[in-house]
Amino acid sequence: MNVHDIRRQFPILDQEVNGKPLVYLDSSATSQKPIQVIETVEKYYKEINSNVHRGVHTLGTRATDAYEGAREKVRKFINAKSTQEVIFTRGTTTSINTVAASYAAENLTAGDEIVITYMEHHSNIIPWQQVAKRTGAVLKYIPLQEDGTIALEDVQATVTANTRVVSVMQVSNVLGVINPVKEIAKIAHENGAIMVVDGAQSAPHMSIDVQDLDCDFLAFSGHKMCAPTGIGVLYGKKHLLENMEPIEFGGEMIDFVHLQESTWKELPWKFEAGTPIIAGAIGLGAAIDFLNEIGLDNIAQHEHKLAAYALDKMSSVPGMTIYGPLDAAKRAGLVTFNLDDVHPHDVATVLDAEGIAVRAGHHCAQPLMKWLKASATARASFYLYNTEDDIDKLVEGLVKTKEYFSDVF
Amino acid sequence: MSSNLDALYRQVIMDHYKKPRNRGLLEDGSHTINMNNPTCGDRIQLTFKVEDGIVKDVRFEGEGCSISMSSASMMTQAIKGKSVDEAIKLSKIFSDMIQGKEYNDDVDLGDIEALQGVSKFPARIKCATLAWKAMEKGLKEEEQQ
Repeated sequence: MNVHDIRRQFPILDQEVNGKPLVYLDSSATSQKPIQVIETVEKYYKEINSNVHRGVHTLGTRATDAYEGAREKVRKFINAKSTQEVIFTRGTTTSINTVAASYAAENLTAGDEIVITYMEHHSNIIPWQQVAKRTGAVLKYIPLQEDGTIALEDVQATVTANTRVVSVMQVSNVLGVINPVKEIAKIAHENGAIMVVDGAQSAPHMSIDVQDLDCDFLAFSGHKMCAPTGIGVLYGKKHLLENMEPIEFGGEMIDFVHLQESTWKELPWKFEAGTPIIAGAIGLGAAIDFLNEIGLDNIAQHEHKLAAYALDKMSSVPGMTIYGPLDAAKRAGLVTFNLDDVHPHDVATVLDAEGIAVRAGHHCAQPLMKWLKASATARASFYLYNTEDDIDKLVEGLVKTKEYFSDVF
Repeated sequence: MSSNLDALYRQVIMDHYKKPRNRGLLEDGSHTINMNNPTCGDRIQLTFKVEDGIVKDVRFEGEGCSISMSSASMMTQAIKGKSVDEAIKLSKIFSDMIQGKEYNDDVDLGDIEALQGVSKFPARIKCATLAWKAMEKGLKEEEQQ
């Protein structure tokens, strides 16, 4: 894998920000887009833009073929059994909300349990809080180990015969830990619960096989994996999706419409009411082609190396606190940190003046921030286009930040 | 470091951040207001003591970056002893200044003027305005009681 060749395919990276070459270290928030994806979306609008599944005309057929072709690419990407199990959504948030509002709200009753973890993103907390309120179910949290990892004994202890849903992120957007979702799915199933995997931070960075994981649902977003914003995926096992009601109704998703009632199209379209996100789905297909060509395993290996390098270099900055396991083997490519008393917003502003983009704040994980006893943190996250040089610049920037604030104090 | 940064992190701002004025809570406050910035997690709590339309005392508690905490410190300093109307008027001037708009410069802003540099950092404007928005809301609530 040649990172310099890869970088050339991302036009946005070739620019100066605040007079310095851009160092983009915020891919966990959203990834940059390669020229192949940008051109695919442009070509769609220039050459075949039409609504799908309705036009008799030629462009309508071409748009439908491209849209459904993208679904097949997603199916292969996650090794789903059938394209009927691949629903296009607006993103991870919509995907999880669909499972919560359609599956959980209908199937859970008072006394049932939903189990999540302390490290979840708000999008894998709040939908379940809402289900709990509506149904009287109880929302339980699997505790974390000292280093931020999950111990299977704690999963065993939290998941009970009353648990109906277990929902866990595969990779933490804050701690960087990779969770044993396959083993957690096994525990969920032994207790008669379904397993939902939030793949927002894993799908872009490692190969996923839903049949091997044996998860019942998987949610992920296109924009974190080189695709446009506004497109995401909900994978679900066919027998579950077949017995679920849609949560949105209207065009595109119906079989017959009568005066007082209607029937739904077959899977996956019953969950895709309205004109779908056609350009986004086709862009996601192009992103998958791009990632496959490089190889997800190569990408994962590259990010592991960067994480190990970053952990090593960043630890050497005086006053640095790094959250999550210090063992790079347990991590994906991101490092969340704090620098002495300097507030992460101030860290991010000083780094920005050096052209370095990092995230600062609570990362949509307030319960985890509470567990970490931090009101906010800064985060540097890496993707296939980042280099050790980017990390060197980050470390230089952090040293400067520290000097800058010790001068003014 | 760039001169732009120096315009943001002025000495007087860092002084307020390091040695905040009027930090704490008022035991005999007449009104308390909490406000947070949900996008970043900054939070502030203000307690006021208002008598006969005059802000006799004000204190703040909170968590946040240098800009939000120094702005809170300066705000409390600026409104103490002022009438509720004057305080709200000051908030409007501050809001204009921080957004880089023309503002009424008849009023002596004192330390607050140091925050002018924030207007060049759009991502940080909300940090600076949190305490002021809380003050305005709190005093308006107080008036209605």
